[in-house]
Amino acid sequence: MRIQVLGTGCAKCRQLTANAEQAVAELGLGVPVEKVEDVREIMKFRVLSTPALVVDGAVKSPGRVLTPEAIKDLLRA
Amino acid sequence: MPLPVIETPRPAPACCTAPAPAAKPAAPAASGAGRTVLLLALGLGLWAGAYAAVKPLSEWLGFEAIGLARGSRLGQAVAFFLYDAPKVLLLLTLVVFLVGIVRSFFTAERTRAILAGKRESAGNVLAALLGVVTPFCSCSAVPLFLGFVEVGIPLGVTLSFLVSAPMVNEVALVLLFGLFGWKVAALYLATGLGIAILSGFVLGRLKLERHVEPWVYESMKAGATFERERLGFTGRVEKGLEAVRDVVGKVWPWVLGGIAVGAGVHGYVPERLLASFMGKSAWWSVPAAVLVGVPLYSNAAGIIPVVEALLGKGAALGTVLAFMMSVIGLSLPELIILRKVLRPPLIAAFVGVVAAGMLLVGWLFNAVL
Repeated sequence: MRIQVLGTGCAKCRQLTANAEQAVAELGLGVPVEKVEDVREIMKFRVLSTPALVVDGAVKSPGRVLTPEAIKDLLRA
Repeated sequence: MPLPVIETPRPAPACCTAPAPAAKPAAPAASGAGRTVLLLALGLGLWAGAYAAVKPLSEWLGFEAIGLARGSRLGQAVAFFLYDAPKVLLLLTLVVFLVGIVRSFFTAERTRAILAGKRESAGNVLAALLGVVTPFCSCSAVPLFLGFVEVGIPLGVTLSFLVSAPMVNEVALVLLFGLFGWKVAALYLATGLGIAILSGFVLGRLKLERHVEPWVYESMKAGATFERERLGFTGRVEKGLEAVRDVVGKVWPWVLGGIAVGAGVHGYVPERLLASFMGKSAWWSVPAAVLVGVPLYSNAAGIIPVVEALLGKGAALGTVLAFMMSVIGLSLPELIILRKVLRPPLIAAFVGVVAAGMLLVGWLFNAVL
């Protein structure tokens, strides 16, 4: 499983990264949460608003800071 | 019966292609919505009760319980704070909630789909209006800019959106309404939209596309695809609550601090103190206010108390509006982010045209009012 957070380094993006890391740790997945901060790389995912959570290449939540609980639901699905 | 009802209102993680909601039968969804309506009515009732109680309660607290004299400076300042702080926070909560619901209909993706294929002029107007209701954070300015340009939305129309989105927002409007009444709030809304529409239109006329970083157009791909989130009524109410947690949770210390400053000014600083150099007669006060305001950056909640203090002490409304717009509408952090996609000449033109609009607004109101 590959988990990425898209964001140019604003406070909301850091929050989403932290929440994703917490969710991953609590589920015991043992995968890193990658940060994608370069604008051109972000645009390859075709999102309009950041931060966004990407799981296995699919954009799950554009422009929202999900709670660790919501991310856990997403990762279990 | 109770079990499926509890199951449905759980907020679907904002995942686009979850098949689950579609598979659910209609009946439990409807009773879930019924429960939401009930809770919503209850919440609104509580809100109305609290709002009606603010004035008598704050007067009782200030003049009876603490025992301040009605005419004293301290009494005036404390009474101002006790009345304004809960009133503004209540208004803010309600409006952020309602705007959160409205915004659940206008994702950035949907706004782009609406604007795609629109020409200039009509596009500028639409973009400025959508800027008010589309959720926007200045850290998203670049992806949004690229996404708009990608589907062929004209540069000027995109810029109209980027001016209106941060400048005309619900927090600014509520605070203006709560502290200065609907006329000032309406003036701000109308002139803010006017600046966004006109500056985008002018920038579009200037044919500045060559000053967009070249790689932007190279990476262009055709086609605006967007998936609509299936939220339902309960989901939208959830979005409203999420907005309240997010916005009110973040700005309340600013609001309280600001009202405290306003209260201090209210009681202690003499009236008309600023009239001589920020009053109507000083024409240069408007450009000075804009010059000071552009490098300053604050959110709407942080700047309003300053506005309150300025207005209360004799500064002219036009000067103060221009100052407020320049602080929250043009910000250095956003310009630095936009520099990734726009070359310096375009950034300069952007700042210049928008600032000119703010100057005109300032002078206009100082002349008319």
